[in-house]
Amino acid sequence: MMLADAGGVSKRFGDFTAVDGVDLTVVRGEVVGLLGANGAGKTTLMRMLLGLIRPTSGRVELFGETITPDARRRIGYVPQGLGLYEDLTVAENLEFVARAFRIDPPQLGDLASSKDALVRELSLGLRRRTAFLGALSHHPDLLVLDEPTSGVDVIARSDLWETIRAAAEDGAGVLVSTHHLEEVDQCDRLVVMAGGRVVLSGTMTEIVGDTISGTERIERFERRFAELAVA
Amino acid sequence: MNATNWGLERVSVDFGNAHALQDVSVTLNPGTVVGVAGGDGSGKTTLLRTLLGLLTPSSGGVDRPGGDDVGYLPAGSGVYPDLTVMENLKFAAGAYGVRGDEYRVARDELLERTGLDKAHDRLGGNLSGGMRQKLGLAMALVHHPRLLVLDEPSTGVDPVSRSELWRLVSEAARDGASVVMTTTYLDEAGRCDAVCVLDEGAVLLQGPPNDLVAGIGGSVGETTSRPNTRYAWRRGASWRVWSPDGFDSSSVRPAAPDLQDAVIVAALRRRVAA
Repeated sequence: MMLADAGGVSKRFGDFTAVDGVDLTVVRGEVVGLLGANGAGKTTLMRMLLGLIRPTSGRVELFGETITPDARRRIGYVPQGLGLYEDLTVAENLEFVARAFRIDPPQLGDLASSKDALVRELSLGLRRRTAFLGALSHHPDLLVLDEPTSGVDVIARSDLWETIRAAAEDGAGVLVSTHHLEEVDQCDRLVVMAGGRVVLSGTMTEIVGDTISGTERIERFERRFAELAVA
Repeated sequence: MNATNWGLERVSVDFGNAHALQDVSVTLNPGTVVGVAGGDGSGKTTLLRTLLGLLTPSSGGVDRPGGDDVGYLPAGSGVYPDLTVMENLKFAAGAYGVRGDEYRVARDELLERTGLDKAHDRLGGNLSGGMRQKLGLAMALVHHPRLLVLDEPSTGVDPVSRSELWRLVSEAARDGASVVMTTTYLDEAGRCDAVCVLDEGAVLLQGPPNDLVAGIGGSVGETTSRPNTRYAWRRGASWRVWSPDGFDSSSVRPAAPDLQDAVIVAALRRRVAA
């Protein structure tokens, strides 16, 4: 079953077409990377998949049916701004989320030593971990992450990817937008948008070939990206 | 350091009891780009501010040219939102005493090279992230500085604008400037002539990117299941793993490491040693 399924979906704001006939699917266990320049339509597409805005035309389904209020309970979402309460502690933030989903607060794990710290006092890496823990606490089937790792150091980034991959291995589908080209290697499949359309999609190997080093793969991908995104 | 090589020599900066920078040396040569990489709070901005003379080091030496020979792109671009593209550029030029024909030549060249000529009367506040950073860079270059200091020029900038910014930075270096830039992207740091990776204010790794990759020591391998070691990290659906003395397991196949792997190995080794 498709967790998320957009078919020929478009969104117009007045005369401006933000998303133009896009097909996108996410199935269980896979991590799909969504890339594109600013204004390419990534955020609008994500907002339609989250049921926050309605498409002008086309079909968007979550979990095999038209988006219902209940579908929201099966989604974990980490927005770019993280969506945490800055004046609450780590534990209070997670308790708040747990109550909204009527579940027990999650185990804090490596955040235990920071549980009484106000979110505003935490490093960006710990703020991101808190947002992840909150978004994963109800074991969502679909995880939607908007630039989840920007600004953090390489170990914090690698820890966050470990969490993302673990969620996928537990059966969740993940849609993740990123500007970090080095992160394209972390995804199972890539979808590149430009001017509201999908201009490139497939696995990294399908896009740039297999038998080359990580650095070369990323450089080749960037060249393909730049050609398509300005076209 | 000789007269044309600027930089920091064994610099430490303390804020109260916190060590923001510990014994950091960076040499900046004309015609080269040095990347300073690290996460939020690693000391990148402190390093730039110390280089610019905005912070006084607790110990160590700082060598930089006079103020008119430094171009600085602050984090967030320094573009005035209520001024147009042209007014922003004129304001920056005026601050550096660039006037008359000299200004007009520099302005026309920079507007063309940044592709901002078509947007010259647009307000700074109405520019996209990529255009704003390009304008900020043009403002830092308008007086042809010999030292160019860029604080996260590509953060929040899409990959297309990033490659355009990178072209402008390379051109400035080719024209003889010493360039130092901070970044959180290791693929970008990998394009610099030399990179200094900071972790909690101290140098984690330093040198030309290829040397750092070649100098990882031990072996980097790839495997499909979680290896039983602390030296393991995710790379897509598989795991990367490091060992000081190679792998005897047939389930680990050799991998070609990149700068990202080199930095992770160094950080994990530091973490295990601590």
